Amino acid sequence: MKIVVAVKQVPDTATQVKISGGDPKAIDTAGITWIVSPYDEFAIEEALRIKEKRGQGEVVAVSLGPDRVKEALRSALAMGCDRAIHINDPALASADTLMTAQALAAVIKQEQPALVICGRQAIDDDMGAVAAQVAELLGWPAASWIMEEAVDGDGKTIRIGRQVEGGLEVFELPLPAVVSAQKGLNEPRYPTLKGIMGAKKKEIKDVKAAELGITPGAPQLAVKNLEALPPRPPGRVISGEVKDAVKELVRALREEAKAI
Amino acid sequence: MANAFWCIVEDDRKGSPKKVMAEVLGEAGRLSGGNVEAVWLTDKAGDDGVKQLGAWGATKVWVLENAAFAPYRGEVWTPVLTELAKQHSPKAIFAPVTSKMRELAARLAARLGAGLSADSVGMAMEGDQLVATRPVYAGKLLARMTWAKTPWIATLRPNVFKPADAQAGKSAAVEKPTVSIPAATMKLVERREETSTGLPELTEAEIVISGGRGMKGPENYVILEDMGKVIGAAVGASRAAVDAGWRPHRFQIGQTGRTISPKLYLGFGVSGAIQHLAGMRTSKVIVAVNKDPDAPIFKIADYGIVADLFEVVPALTDEFKKLLEKS
Repeated sequence: MKIVVAVKQVPDTATQVKISGGDPKAIDTAGITWIVSPYDEFAIEEALRIKEKRGQGEVVAVSLGPDRVKEALRSALAMGCDRAIHINDPALASADTLMTAQALAAVIKQEQPALVICGRQAIDDDMGAVAAQVAELLGWPAASWIMEEAVDGDGKTIRIGRQVEGGLEVFELPLPAVVSAQKGLNEPRYPTLKGIMGAKKKEIKDVKAAELGITPGAPQLAVKNLEALPPRPPGRVISGEVKDAVKELVRALREEAKAI
Repeated sequence: MANAFWCIVEDDRKGSPKKVMAEVLGEAGRLSGGNVEAVWLTDKAGDDGVKQLGAWGATKVWVLENAAFAPYRGEVWTPVLTELAKQHSPKAIFAPVTSKMRELAARLAARLGAGLSADSVGMAMEGDQLVATRPVYAGKLLARMTWAKTPWIATLRPNVFKPADAQAGKSAAVEKPTVSIPAATMKLVERREETSTGLPELTEAEIVISGGRGMKGPENYVILEDMGKVIGAAVGASRAAVDAGWRPHRFQIGQTGRTISPKLYLGFGVSGAIQHLAGMRTSKVIVAVNKDPDAPIFKIADYGIVADLFEVVPALTDEFKKLLEKS
């Protein structure tokens, strides 16, 4: 069974992020530590588990972005993915979620996997749209925010539990299908030294938009500009004995903040 | 009406719109000068629910009532909404941020070839263009987004936008369009309900209490739940507490959990790691209680108490009780 995993490279959460001096639409990428988006690690892990459980299959990692994205794909290969595809085309530099989904859908059409697993959302723009849009463009059934999954023995259907407000809904979907991974699905593995060494020999294929049969136009959604957060008013530490501090806090919440 | 702002209804699965719809309809009303319509796909649309949507400012409610719409399946909802949108050309399509609506809005945007601004926290008309503001990079920056064409599709973060005042006299026209409903390929096997805490849902609550690593263990969350019962608050947890196995993941606040924006956030034993702040920094009033005076959460807190939470929590619960008994 072939599985495609979509991977995005994002700035590490702990990295300081500043607006670029020359371009108010972009961040200054100097000094940024890049990582695989955490939700995508759940997706990679789940794909590898399905393959291992079945004792056969292939896991293909796909990413879109500039040259640096190869590092993220190399991490995916080190975890155990078999090969990688890098959609590396300047024409897609300003891709919004829909253009990204179009490019991924084109790769998926060529690869014809039984299953596509994405992370719930990337932690840079937090749009959380690509998995659902890929499914829509392919016309495949989809389930978002899955916390458990089981592919049947014949590889014809997948049973998933998706997180919804107030509970978990368990569905059976015919394959091929697209699912997005929520935290709680699994605990991603760390690459082993052997995995890291082996990853260097695995294939990362570069593809351009033209090879995918797509002509990127202008994005439907664009960043007009980035802004710093409005400053919060300075806070106040209430000192003194706990019983007095608590009284003062409740008074302030009622009278000043009108929050209770 | 053409050029209307559509608001997709999130309901309680019992025939009433959720109260977050007051915020979505309110914002759509302000931006459009009142040209707002609600679109309600459901297996159960109550008359009172329709009235409520009208009171919140919908001039028309599109009621699409059919058993096939529950539970939500994107493959059923998306074609129906696409067809309706193509016939009636709304200028914008808004929905509140919920697990279902985040997926639906993305699929609808793909079908209509339109842009989507997910989890928006600000909206403004600049000339005849809508500009949406949304947090990016773990909430460290804000991005202002524009669309290439209509419909402007967006999901709105709960508790951020000012809710419409319910006006009892206002009522909405009801239209029940005939639509073709595609067959579903996804089959519901079961729905597992979460054990009810008796407290509000985390993402909708106006007050949220959060317990971090300082809680020392799962058995101590009961003191936060006791406070929650007194002030009607949801109780959440930090990633450290969830990863330690003290609370289920559905209670996690932060980057790999829920994003919340309550009127009042009370953090106990929460250090304030960046990934936690990403999920709560748009809260209106932030209170932090931590033994460590250098905990980063004090940098964004409006009120802080540097003390042992196990002394503060019971005393604070008592004070809240006294206050609320008086008023």
